[in-house]
Amino acid sequence: MRKSFAVLFFAAAVAVAGLGSAAGAASEIAINGSTTVLPFAQSTAEAFMKLRPDVRISVSGGGSGNGAKSLIDGMVQIASMSRAMKDSEINDAKKKGIDPVRHTVAVDCIVPIVHPSNPVNNLTVSQIRDIYAGSITNWKDVGGPDKRIAVVGRDTSSGTYEVWEEKVMKGTPVTPRALIVASSGALVQTVAGNPLSIGYDSLGYVDPKLVKALGIDGVKGTPDTARDGTIATSRLLYMYTNGAPAGDVKAYLDFLTSDDGQRYVAREGFVTLK
Amino acid sequence: MSIYLLRRAADRASTAALYGCMALSAAVLGLILAFLAYRGVGAISWEFISDHPRAGMTEGGIVTPIAGTVQLILVSMAFAFPVGVTTAVYFNEYSRGGALTKALRLAVRSLASVPSVVLGLFGLAFFCVFLRFGASLLSAGLTLGCLALPTLITASETALQNVPREFRDASYALGGTRWQTIYKVVLPSAFPGIITGGILCVGRVAGETAPIMFTGAVFFAPGFARSIFDSVMALPYHIYVLATAGTRIDKTEPLQYGTILVLLALVLGISMVGIVARARLRKRL
Amino acid sequence: MERAGEIVITTGGPRGARRGARKWGEIVPKGVVTSVALSGIWLMAFIIFFLIKEGAPILKETSLTEIALGQLWYPVSNPPSYGMLPLIAGSAAVTLLSSIMAIPFGVVLALFISDVCPERAREFCKVSLEILGFLPSVVLGFIGMAVIAPHMQMKLELLSGLNMLNASFLLGILILPTIATLSEDSLYAVPQAMRDASYALGGTRCETMFKVVLKCASRGIAQAAILGVMRSVGETMVVLMAAGGAAIIPLAMSDPVRPLTSTIAAEMGETPVGSPHYHALFFMGCLLLFITIALNILVLRIESGGGEK
Repeated sequence: MRKSFAVLFFAAAVAVAGLGSAAGAASEIAINGSTTVLPFAQSTAEAFMKLRPDVRISVSGGGSGNGAKSLIDGMVQIASMSRAMKDSEINDAKKKGIDPVRHTVAVDCIVPIVHPSNPVNNLTVSQIRDIYAGSITNWKDVGGPDKRIAVVGRDTSSGTYEVWEEKVMKGTPVTPRALIVASSGALVQTVAGNPLSIGYDSLGYVDPKLVKALGIDGVKGTPDTARDGTIATSRLLYMYTNGAPAGDVKAYLDFLTSDDGQRYVAREGFVTLK
Repeated sequence: MSIYLLRRAADRASTAALYGCMALSAAVLGLILAFLAYRGVGAISWEFISDHPRAGMTEGGIVTPIAGTVQLILVSMAFAFPVGVTTAVYFNEYSRGGALTKALRLAVRSLASVPSVVLGLFGLAFFCVFLRFGASLLSAGLTLGCLALPTLITASETALQNVPREFRDASYALGGTRWQTIYKVVLPSAFPGIITGGILCVGRVAGETAPIMFTGAVFFAPGFARSIFDSVMALPYHIYVLATAGTRIDKTEPLQYGTILVLLALVLGISMVGIVARARLRKRL
Repeated sequence: MERAGEIVITTGGPRGARRGARKWGEIVPKGVVTSVALSGIWLMAFIIFFLIKEGAPILKETSLTEIALGQLWYPVSNPPSYGMLPLIAGSAAVTLLSSIMAIPFGVVLALFISDVCPERAREFCKVSLEILGFLPSVVLGFIGMAVIAPHMQMKLELLSGLNMLNASFLLGILILPTIATLSEDSLYAVPQAMRDASYALGGTRCETMFKVVLKCASRGIAQAAILGVMRSVGETMVVLMAAGGAAIIPLAMSDPVRPLTSTIAAEMGETPVGSPHYHALFFMGCLLLFITIALNILVLRIESGGGEK
């Protein structure tokens, strides 16, 4: 019994290991990075694999920093990022002989969101900053009911936070009392479940059935305001490759930026390049 | 007399309170399971079990994470099982209680107490970065293996200790060497106990999220991992992903409860098998 | 590891030579078994080494006092501040609250199973406790986030349902089986004679349980409690999903907290390798590791103290 088990066991282990060599012909692309980019990275990857069944694309969302790290370590072919690479990251990459090349794949803007029951529709940048800095703590100060404000934010290291910090907070620190959630989806869910809350999220994650998007300085977050930059929080979403892309990586990026690929971007609620 | 009555009343009350506590905890467990089953059972279908996730996790099924979890279990056990059993053999058959054994015991005990997220950090620094395995099935499986190792050692050691002394004596009396005795007599008799320990470990490993978050579990993989250097989807991480990274929560919610139900069925099913097997073993002893 | 094997072979040499042909059949397995068994030590040494190696460089960026007493955790601001006090306080607070909930309850459950429960129901109770222990923490975290938090927020009119109370309650559920099972083992091991003596003196069952059995098993129960605390300190998914994540020193049970474990899990993915932030997260890993090792040594102390008796 013991021997047969041992044989079975090693057979299983070898089978797991051996599967790889059998399927070596397919070309593999690994994408890692921003959680913001995840939804359309996945759906375009799915669509691309339908066109090119010989290519396998795996998508992970460790965060923008993680994406850059994986590209620098040579673990992935594409790093998706919701911010531009920092100088320190580019220097690291150069040191390891990696030449990060930036491709803009979609446009996005970050909008403040509240629970649908909240009567507030618009906030000015300075009001939002005061709320996040902790100096406005009641909804009545910004035209809402006499209730406390539950401030919800993202981790200070996320790409979404960095854009928010740069374009809205402008250096004012976020109050440490803010609830911090680890991903874009969790933020929407937290705000959707709490009538007192305010959060901010990428336009693609804003589901009007669950949360209400607020205007900033009277400008609503829409594809147009994001593209032409009328809304203060617009940003670009990137994918980085090592050197100029070639082969299947190029084919995927071309697909993603083509009209067909951009349709998937729009379907996931993000803003297309054109 | 009244003191006697008082004491008896206190006794009755405490008995009732203890029954109440047990009932409460059984109720909490029952409630959690019933709630999850109620919300999740609608999502379960053959398609759900056998299809890959599609359209940004809003359609399709969860066969990729199921397979990933199975592969992670296999890799982790391929590492932890041989090492764990061998360590137990060392403790039980070879060690003479010297400094080395003490150090080893301390190491195993400490290993058992390392928080899972710290193991994840270690896996990232050691397997992914230092040994250059990358974020892969191999790195994540080995990290889970480290998690399972102490439990496996303890379980195997108990199984070895339960082998009656007479078995060994008989083998020595027939002129068997120590290794022959271990290999041909002790291990086979301890085998069912060791396997039971292994099964319980698998139940533990299957439900872990924190150690695989940075070491190999991914948000989305195109089909099954074909080599140990591929990254995988895993059920527990998939639950975390569905809970925190969906753009359309209304559509992912049923899938989410379905996934939870499948994970629970897998984990609790495996551990039930282990628990029942262990109970039968104990009766036989 | 191969070197360890060689050493064993040489020390085993002379004795093996006497036995002639059997020498290698005996020595090789012994060497292999010993060297494989040593991998446990290697592994633990590697864990400590790699965590310190990646965690220590943060001390070049900031001082130990700043880390231990700083109240602000803004690791990527400019200038950054690496105050971990709120995170440590967060870990301590959820651990304390969950232990307060789970330890007495767990011990009471253990008493029930060992002394009150009818023999036939014993197995059932033990099995259901064990199953409770197998509940994956991500599932409990999800329940906290998607089910308990919205209800708690509405019913209690709190600022948010993602808070210390929510997370501690779920952590309590998570560590309850550990505490109850281990306590039960030591309660059950109390000799029947102790109970009989108490009954013979006219003690009721309640008095026997609380005054005699509990005292006899106190060492085992203390160990069970510490192991429960250990699990609570290191648990990640529940606090990541249900604790709220605000890096403040909690003053009320409804305050959101950000324990060390959830900080690591949430921020590790977003930080560049080798940045001060990355080292700071590994430093937290070191902290957690040393806390659990210290608790572990405490357990061993209690255990060996029991041996002297």
